[in-house]
Amino acid sequence: MVDPVILIPSLINGLTTGALYALVALGLTLIYGVLHIINFAHGALLMLALFGVFFLNQIFGIDPYWALLIVPPAMFVIGYGLQRGIIGKASHGRDENILLVTLGLSIIIENMSLYFFRSDTRTVDTPYSFEVVEFAGAFLPLPKVIAFFGALITAGLLWAFMSKTDLGRAIRALAKERKGARLVGINVDHVFAMSFGIGIGCLGVAACLLMPSYYVNPQVGYGFVLIAFTTVVLGGMGSFVGAMIGGLIIGVVEAMGGLFLGDSLGQFGIFAIFILILLFRPTGLLGHKA
Amino acid sequence: MINRNQLLTLLIVFAIIGTAPFLITRESTLNTVILILYVALLGQAWNILGGYGGQFSFGHAAFFGTGAYSVAVLQLQYGINPWIGLFIGGLLAMGVALFIGFASFRYGLRGSYFALVTLAFAEVLRILSNSVSFTGGGVGILIPLSRDPANMQFANNVGYFWLIWALCLACFLTVWWLGRSRFGAWLQAVRDNEDAARALGVDVFATKMKAAALSGFFSGLAGVFYAQFYLYLDPAIAYGSAVSIESLLVPIIGGMGTLFGPLIGAAVTHLLAETTRHFVGDVPGIALAIYGLLLILVVMFLPRGLISIFGRIGGLFGSRRAADA
Repeated sequence: MVDPVILIPSLINGLTTGALYALVALGLTLIYGVLHIINFAHGALLMLALFGVFFLNQIFGIDPYWALLIVPPAMFVIGYGLQRGIIGKASHGRDENILLVTLGLSIIIENMSLYFFRSDTRTVDTPYSFEVVEFAGAFLPLPKVIAFFGALITAGLLWAFMSKTDLGRAIRALAKERKGARLVGINVDHVFAMSFGIGIGCLGVAACLLMPSYYVNPQVGYGFVLIAFTTVVLGGMGSFVGAMIGGLIIGVVEAMGGLFLGDSLGQFGIFAIFILILLFRPTGLLGHKA
Repeated sequence: MINRNQLLTLLIVFAIIGTAPFLITRESTLNTVILILYVALLGQAWNILGGYGGQFSFGHAAFFGTGAYSVAVLQLQYGINPWIGLFIGGLLAMGVALFIGFASFRYGLRGSYFALVTLAFAEVLRILSNSVSFTGGGVGILIPLSRDPANMQFANNVGYFWLIWALCLACFLTVWWLGRSRFGAWLQAVRDNEDAARALGVDVFATKMKAAALSGFFSGLAGVFYAQFYLYLDPAIAYGSAVSIESLLVPIIGGMGTLFGPLIGAAVTHLLAETTRHFVGDVPGIALAIYGLLLILVVMFLPRGLISIFGRIGGLFGSRRAADA
């Protein structure tokens, strides 16, 4: 049996990583829940946001946490534009088409980044990058602790937004019943694009919280996209609480996989869960019957 | 009648392609033709399951990589001749396809869910091949050089040309058969409306399984060819997303569910990439970014692929019957 002195820190570490996975997955699950789109470009857009945070820091000296005021709104605008200008137009009412268009977008975004930024891995230096917090015997990097609570706060805000505001109600109405929503005067195209924009805006938040403890290169999104899919499928497509719980579970599974199977097999557990859930319970732990 | 014409066209097209080694003297030009045929094979393999069967796989690398690793590992570890490895590789890839197909189709996975589960299976295989020792792990596997046709290694490109030409022809003939056989009709019925097909007595599960088997087999053959042509493999090459994406890109751009779509898609994407390379230089990213753009444009404006342009041009010259029907 593994010594609890190793096990508990590894568990807590997994939870903090998991909160970030959850944050990335929140946007994906929102987009899926409303538009029934599996956004394949999610990872690529996260990568774009990470580069945004990086360059704001390099060129203007803006701290990644102050970038929270700039990057998420910018990502929102990009998301709104993509949905209205490209994805909505190309769907022709078929799921597979959307998957292909968002795949095309991710190919373009990733390879243009490769062209402009080259494949170098970049990190941001902040005064607090190497500060640690001690908790229950675990020494956690301060940025990861901030990211953990940031993810929880973002999820809370998103939940409040969805349940208390008119737009949130419109989004939920659209998710449940498209025709009905249109009949009561909801501007469907606009609300679709708003949901997509908000989902992508979440990626902006995730990028700001992630950057101080992580890195960016043009390929960084691909790893996240699969994890985000797993999280969303595990939690139940379209469920916020599910995405949060799913993210935490995935984080812990990855940490445990790394601990017991070694680093190269660490992610094996994630995909094993993914396949099993897809096969046996595609509606996820908390999802509704499709 | 149409099908007989199609067979004739197919044979003529392959005969014309077959003149390439006699007409082309530059090694690099012949290389381009070889790569187009190789990509056409990958795309046609995907087309069987995705284009004719409507099951969009995002993880054809699972089959490709299995074929490639089979031939390499069998040679290195067991001294089995690659000509035998070719069939074993194809059959093992078919086995992987049947396994993934059984798991997914049994539980009625459709559409985007099927795409995701195939992607995840390819990732699992990539992680596994990275961790076990007989694949050489992350370092990869190097097939020793021994240029002898008996070892499926050729002194120059002409040998490789005929190998991929023959594999491609076999795959295209299979798809031609698919277009006229009862099984092919069932498969397309499943694609167009699964519930209606079932109501008419089509065994949906068995039909999808057979399509997956064929698709996996030819994808595995493409993997074998890759291994013998480049003589090097690693987990990212064999099971990475690049092969999966190329497999689906080519038939979608060319025209899904058509016999010549994958060939047109392979030629157009490859020539476009070569042209860009000519003008922009060999910079990373540009060629693939253009593939992505092409994919979006085709899905937006030509949902039936580039081949539908030919149909329209044909319509301008004479017979209106197609338009009336």
